[in-house]
Amino acid sequence: MSAIAPPATQVEPSAGARPHWRRSALRPRHVIVASLLAIYPLVANEFWTLQIGAQSLLLGIIALSFMFLAGYGGMVSLAQMTVAGLAAYMVAMLGSSAIPLSLGWPWWVVEPLSVAIATLFAAFVGAISVRTEGIYTIMITLAIGMAVFYLTQQNYTLFNGFDGFKGLEPPALFDVNWRAPLAFYYVSLAVAAACYLAVLYLSRSTFGLSMQAIRDNPRRMRSLGFNVSLHRVVAYAIAGFIAALGGVLWAWYNGRVSPGSIGIHSIIAILIIGVMGGLRHPVGPFAGALVFVLLQTFAIDFIDRERFNTLIGTVFVLTVLFSSDGLLGLWDVLRRRLTPPRGGAARRSER
Amino acid sequence: MRLFILTLLNGLTLAALYFMVASGFTLVFGLMRQVNLAHGSLYLLGGYIGYEIAQWSGSWFIGVAAGFAALAVVGLLLQVLLFRHMEGQDLRQTLVTIGLSIVAADLMLAHWGGLAYQFDPPEWLFGATPMPLVNAYPTYRLALLATAIVTGLLLWFFLTKTRVGMTIRAGVDDRAMLSATGVNVQRVFAITFAIGAGLAGFAGVVGGTALSIAPGEDNRYLLASLVVVIVGGMGSVPGAAIGAVLVGLAEQFGLAYTPTYGIAYTFLIMVLVLAIRPQGILGRQA
Repeated sequence: MSAIAPPATQVEPSAGARPHWRRSALRPRHVIVASLLAIYPLVANEFWTLQIGAQSLLLGIIALSFMFLAGYGGMVSLAQMTVAGLAAYMVAMLGSSAIPLSLGWPWWVVEPLSVAIATLFAAFVGAISVRTEGIYTIMITLAIGMAVFYLTQQNYTLFNGFDGFKGLEPPALFDVNWRAPLAFYYVSLAVAAACYLAVLYLSRSTFGLSMQAIRDNPRRMRSLGFNVSLHRVVAYAIAGFIAALGGVLWAWYNGRVSPGSIGIHSIIAILIIGVMGGLRHPVGPFAGALVFVLLQTFAIDFIDRERFNTLIGTVFVLTVLFSSDGLLGLWDVLRRRLTPPRGGAARRSER
Repeated sequence: MRLFILTLLNGLTLAALYFMVASGFTLVFGLMRQVNLAHGSLYLLGGYIGYEIAQWSGSWFIGVAAGFAALAVVGLLLQVLLFRHMEGQDLRQTLVTIGLSIVAADLMLAHWGGLAYQFDPPEWLFGATPMPLVNAYPTYRLALLATAIVTGLLLWFFLTKTRVGMTIRAGVDDRAMLSATGVNVQRVFAITFAIGAGLAGFAGVVGGTALSIAPGEDNRYLLASLVVVIVGGMGSVPGAAIGAVLVGLAEQFGLAYTPTYGIAYTFLIMVLVLAIRPQGILGRQA
């Protein structure tokens, strides 16, 4: 997994040395984590299943799209929450809600269309922001995200302004209440797992490797004949698709969508989750999301409920200042301390 | 016609405010390659401090001066204590400023509460000035426009005619070469950051007087600064002026003629500029 360690320039030095199946081999701990996740809701109560479990998975999916762009593409896009929010808004506007503005189309049109529109929007955001590089990406995507927030807030003819939409319903399918904790948890888990595996697969595909090469040295890739801009826009679209899936689920989960849910705090929440979790492996965003949700839920026991932003902001600043790669970086340090030294290559191949 | 002129004036006065906020932002970016996403927080903090001092001293002018001075000190401390140790790591710096901005917003909310503060300028700035075509226009807003123009001229004078200003411009052009000639770059950075933050605080007081000081204003001015600087070209003060006028006018005309889509025009301008001239109207290729 050395190929995706940012910002190193090494490109899978051990790839040739190891047989292909070794790289994607299933390890005992993968099975353990997967089965733990699968039986979790059978053990946990409804609160832990829905508020902690499903919510972490949802935020994790959206943060995964952030991680995909930032970790593999080197593009720190703050518009991922906006893409997810747009998908949620589309579900509300095209489907049915308690607000008369909704068109009330059937779910099998609404859900795919919402994802498609949000993905297109993400590609558009990509096309705008790949005109520049590096730090400019943050500024442009943040500006886009905030502009969309203000638009939804002041526009009543399409977005129903400040109030947004409420009374959204998940599709009525197989007579299951998809918002019930158990059902919703498993849907989120399935989508999260699919996105996780897709990102993992993509990161080792030709496309993923070119992305990482572009991240490390765009100029060299350009002179080698790669279409750098196109790669980036496609990466934005893929990340947008993932974020849109998260957004649709999020609309089901909350049953409402309003400007507040795509405001600056939500935008920054995704950034915090991504950075806190770590950007070098797709498991990072999910770990970050879990910590974020736990903090958000239980911090009120220790500090004033109103001061959550101070707490999470401080944690974030400390993470950025002192950790190399969030929780994943911490994990590496721990692992290095606990395992006897076996040389760098052996350690790396474990991941 | 009356609506048109009024909107034009509103747009220009808003542009004046945007320019004052964004010029500090662009100066800091141009020199240090650092995107200070806490710039909106500096604006709001300046407004609050100016309000407190003005209430305490009974003089609006002392409030304005305090807004500038206090934020210049805050900026200096930020640069010396924090950003100086992360030089060259622009992503990390930017992330830290985002974290700082949400902590700052939260602490300001805790201290000053969620209500909007309003305070009045001195008597002679209050009221309306008779004008042709629109009958009358608030004197204070005209003064705001004048202040922005004076600020712009002072900045221009400072940057082109003084020694420190020349060093700053040299740093914008080639930082490594500047430090190679023996200039203490750290001092230049500290001065620039203090001026940039001070300008934000100054704008916070004069802008807070024109509109109001309330939570959420920090994000509004952050967005304005971002768009103004993206449109005008990063690191260019004249670019910030052009960007501010474009964005201010677009916002006000949008609000006046298509009430619920005002922000969409701002967005459109940004997209157009990025599509045609990614480095901004007066920006140079990075």
